[in-house]
Amino acid sequence: MKPLLSVRDLHVGFGRDPAAHEVVKGVSFELAAGETLAIVGESGSGKSVTALSVNRLVDFGGGKITGGSITLDRTGGAVDITSADEAVLQGIRGREIGMIFQEPMTSLNPVHTVGRQIEEAFRLSRGITGHAATIAAREALERVRIPDATQRLGYYPHQLSGGMRQRVMIAMVIAANPRLLIADEPTTALDVTVQAQIMALLAELRAETQMAMIFITHDIGLVAGVADQIMVMQQGAAVEQGALDAVIDHPQHDYTKHLLGAVPHFTSGAAVLGDGVRNGEQAPIVRVDNLVVRFPAARGLFARASGAVHAVDGIDFDLRPGETLAIVGESGSGKSTTARAILGLTPATRGGIAVAGHGHRPVQMVFQDPFASLNPRLDVESLLAEPAIAAGQKVDAKLRERMVTLLKRVGLPEDALTRYPHQFSGGQRQRLAIARALMLNPDVVVLDEAVSALDVSVQARVLELLVDLQREFGLAYLFISHDMAVVERIAHRIAVMYAGQLVEIGDARSVLADPQHSYTRRLIGAVPAIDRRRQDFKVDNTQVPSLLKPRGYEPPPARWREAGTDHRVRLEEQ
Amino acid sequence: MNYLAQRLLTFPLVLLGVSLLVFFAIRLVPGDAIIAMLGTEAGLLTEAQRASLAQYFGLDQPIVVQYGRWLMGLFEGNLGISVTYGKPVLEVIIARFPLTLELSLLSMLIALAVGIPAGVFAATRADRPSDLTVRVFAMLGQSTPSFVVGLVLIYFLSATFRILPAMGTFTPLFEDPLGNLGQMILPAITLGFSFAAAVTRISRSAMLDVLSDDYVRTARSKGASQRDVVWGHALPNALIPVVTLSGVEFGYLLGGAVIVEQIFALPGLGRLTLDAISQRDYPLVQGAVLFIAFNFLVVNLLVDLAYAALDPRIRLGGK
Amino acid sequence: MGLLRAVLRHPSGRIGLGIIVVFLVLAVLGAVGLTPHDPLKQFVVDRLKPPSATYWFGTDLLGRDTFSRLMLGIGESFLVAFASVAVAATAGTLIGLFAAWWGHLWDGVLMRIMDVLLAFPAILLALLIVAIEGPGVVTSITAIGIVYTPIFARVVRAPALALKAREFVEAARTFGSSQGYILSRHLLLNLVAPLTVQITLALAWSLLTESGLSFLGLGTQPPAPSLGVMLAESKSMMTRAPWLMLFPGLTIMLAILGFNLLGDALRDILDPRTRERTA
Repeated sequence: MKPLLSVRDLHVGFGRDPAAHEVVKGVSFELAAGETLAIVGESGSGKSVTALSVNRLVDFGGGKITGGSITLDRTGGAVDITSADEAVLQGIRGREIGMIFQEPMTSLNPVHTVGRQIEEAFRLSRGITGHAATIAAREALERVRIPDATQRLGYYPHQLSGGMRQRVMIAMVIAANPRLLIADEPTTALDVTVQAQIMALLAELRAETQMAMIFITHDIGLVAGVADQIMVMQQGAAVEQGALDAVIDHPQHDYTKHLLGAVPHFTSGAAVLGDGVRNGEQAPIVRVDNLVVRFPAARGLFARASGAVHAVDGIDFDLRPGETLAIVGESGSGKSTTARAILGLTPATRGGIAVAGHGHRPVQMVFQDPFASLNPRLDVESLLAEPAIAAGQKVDAKLRERMVTLLKRVGLPEDALTRYPHQFSGGQRQRLAIARALMLNPDVVVLDEAVSALDVSVQARVLELLVDLQREFGLAYLFISHDMAVVERIAHRIAVMYAGQLVEIGDARSVLADPQHSYTRRLIGAVPAIDRRRQDFKVDNTQVPSLLKPRGYEPPPARWREAGTDHRVRLEEQ
Repeated sequence: MNYLAQRLLTFPLVLLGVSLLVFFAIRLVPGDAIIAMLGTEAGLLTEAQRASLAQYFGLDQPIVVQYGRWLMGLFEGNLGISVTYGKPVLEVIIARFPLTLELSLLSMLIALAVGIPAGVFAATRADRPSDLTVRVFAMLGQSTPSFVVGLVLIYFLSATFRILPAMGTFTPLFEDPLGNLGQMILPAITLGFSFAAAVTRISRSAMLDVLSDDYVRTARSKGASQRDVVWGHALPNALIPVVTLSGVEFGYLLGGAVIVEQIFALPGLGRLTLDAISQRDYPLVQGAVLFIAFNFLVVNLLVDLAYAALDPRIRLGGK
Repeated sequence: MGLLRAVLRHPSGRIGLGIIVVFLVLAVLGAVGLTPHDPLKQFVVDRLKPPSATYWFGTDLLGRDTFSRLMLGIGESFLVAFASVAVAATAGTLIGLFAAWWGHLWDGVLMRIMDVLLAFPAILLALLIVAIEGPGVVTSITAIGIVYTPIFARVVRAPALALKAREFVEAARTFGSSQGYILSRHLLLNLVAPLTVQITLALAWSLLTESGLSFLGLGTQPPAPSLGVMLAESKSMMTRAPWLMLFPGLTIMLAILGFNLLGDALRDILDPRTRERTA
């Protein structure tokens, strides 16, 4: 049977001389109807450009296909997309090839209602207009399981959450019932549980419509659940491709092996560090007592606040020296707010934060975005000197010696002192941030999603560095993350947060191997992992409860039960 | 709701600030009002006559009281009596205001009608020769002061056609539309010229930004044609910065009207204010400046409302 | 200086910088007196002569050489432009920076005061100030400086607010860096880019406004030559001696154009968003 899509020796370049600036260097693959191909690679691999070439959208971004062919099989005969003219392409886009993108916020027109944009999809692909289109749009929303579909038609994109916007995008795409769906990192910007919901939705739709799919991602664990075929790309070329099981179980190319090895596999607690068992004798270095952080809701000029956003609603925990406590949760859980409150960046509304450390500033922080946490205008020496200057120290030879020592310790060259941040890669900048955090000999380092923005292979090395530093300097870590697999490799204890409250806390192995709270279970269940091949994602649509509560609202007092020596679970309301 | 409420509340505050500034700034102008009024004849006044004149115009009271009385008068619609014309200030202003307003609005209309299509056109043909031509013209236009434009226009008319545009008179719009437009067209082009260039550049730049936005890519992936994309998706978003600019520019238009009225000898509000300042006519200057500022603020408010109408994120607030 | 090289590579930048340099040279020559003829001397015999080998741009009603007067006029205009923008940039940046940094009440108060200034059409405010102080060079500088201050305040405030929320500023707060350190090394250093662009555009606008004020008779006073005054005088003799209008007009236009082109080039070079688009 002829394949639906056949790509042969594709070359794509950018700029004024595309042949000299190639981003895709000879990629070939075939896709049969109803099949799913996963294209996996890190940033700069050319995977997105390959996807954008299939429907020639790459032309609008300054790209040009400089060689090869892309053949799409249609009922009226095959079409070579590389040489088709714009009129033909417009007919193909939407109707036969649909696409969903990575950033749902910016991928929807902010000044048109959601309904209007879905109706446009129906109009363009099937010629349906007017009232019929409105009905079709509503049905499409229902099909992607958005509650209150009729109402939502009149909403604007900024009024919806990230997960809902992505569902709207999917609704627009399936309006046309395309034979091929290109999904370019559709879940990368979403929370893990939302990601699971979207993956389930896609799986369901695929089964219903027999649609073929090209799924682009950097997360090799994610595709293990959806793909039939897999293609691994690096620097513009396909280094390995074939059936899913073959590639994952018997990788041939070094890069594939490297990727598979670097991705933290979630093993339900088996990979937890063994050196942090609490022995009840040490005094905690950080103690948080019934911490509450609330932000008054936006109000009129003279009216009192009508309510407040309960970002953190009464949590307690403590942290011992040399220990890593991971705070895990998704957006809106309050984990970042907790970290910021401990550092004094956000004022706490109530509750006690006691830090027992000595020294000028015993708690330091490493931020998530390596590009935003270093002032681009200062050289590395100034960047490292700042904490010392703030502590009243002088910038002399002794200080510089310390800088060099720390730089070497985090794996950076000595001559880095005179360079500027933009001359370093993401991973290197994060190492700089770590060195900077260590300048004042802190007792506690808060790592707020410190490795989340890094490529998978870089992530692993930075995590290794962190563990080493912890052992050498006796540092306590507060590790904020949403990624269970990463957490498994660094945490001694885990605290799970949901909607501003602590729902489960305890020894890492215990929590991961035997989660007690329903949310923890859902969180762990949503983690994509290599071993779960072609799993059935259960379709579930729980929405995060709103954090906005009316004035004077106090949550009911927490009730806990013990589930092990160091394992507490919050009782759930029935 | 929140956004609008805020804007409406700051409006009177700013207006109050403006009135304060105007009132006290005028008082800093050197020269006794009475001397300015009467010129050399002032020397012939006796003390008693001078004192009585001063009392009539309220110039003998402490300054804070004068301000208070003036402010009270404002609420009643009384802006005082013009010293030079001997008539209520409001009356004098209202007589000349329609001309300046029409001039500003006409120039803005011309500027938008020329600028927006030119900018969109250039953006859709980015980096091609036609784009370059538009950009060069726009750049030249923005660098030309209004009086240069005006003088050049007058020159060409008089040199080429041997006609001099009628100056000094003004036929109100409703009495004789054609005659009125004939008089106003040249001044309006003069005033709107550099604004048109600015609108062209902003429209072009906004369009280019929007055309590279993600949602345009989404629309294309649905099979939308270039026309759909430009008119349905890009333009509504690109208009937002253009609208904002227009509000800011309107103020400059109102001010630039002074120069244009001077060149074409039009009896408008700008020239009135200019003359009033040199004649130390306190009440008239206060009233005129306040009036112009008030209009400017109203236009800004309207721009903000338009902004809310165009952008649902402003209208409805965030999540 | 990498910036200079980048400007020279940019087509608008080359032209703009070139124009400005030529004008600066002329202005300096004029200031030290190296003009073809004495700008103030009246060669009554040669009144209203069209451009010739002796009088490159012709002479005016009083027999004064237009070219020489233009050289001095450029100097006057540039002086007012640079001085007034210096005033506005300093005052405006300080106000915008503090409004953004202290926030809340101070932000509200400072920006309302800026709003009040902005409620006056620029020319009108300038007129008012000129009326208070009397016409002249110093007045022009003060007037334009005050009028443009709120614009600098606005241009600085938005990026300053964004910077304040950036992680490297938050990091500085976690170290306990002093406010002065944060304001100077974290905020100001990163504001240099938008400030440079705005200063160049302000210079263009300042030249425009100054010539307008002179045109109305409120700026530099005769017999000192100024571009605006020369244009005002040329109106009555437009048909007889068009060169009196042509050359001053062209000069003003070119000067403003030069700064606009330079400002454009700087914006392209320094604004990260435009850089992305053309990359």
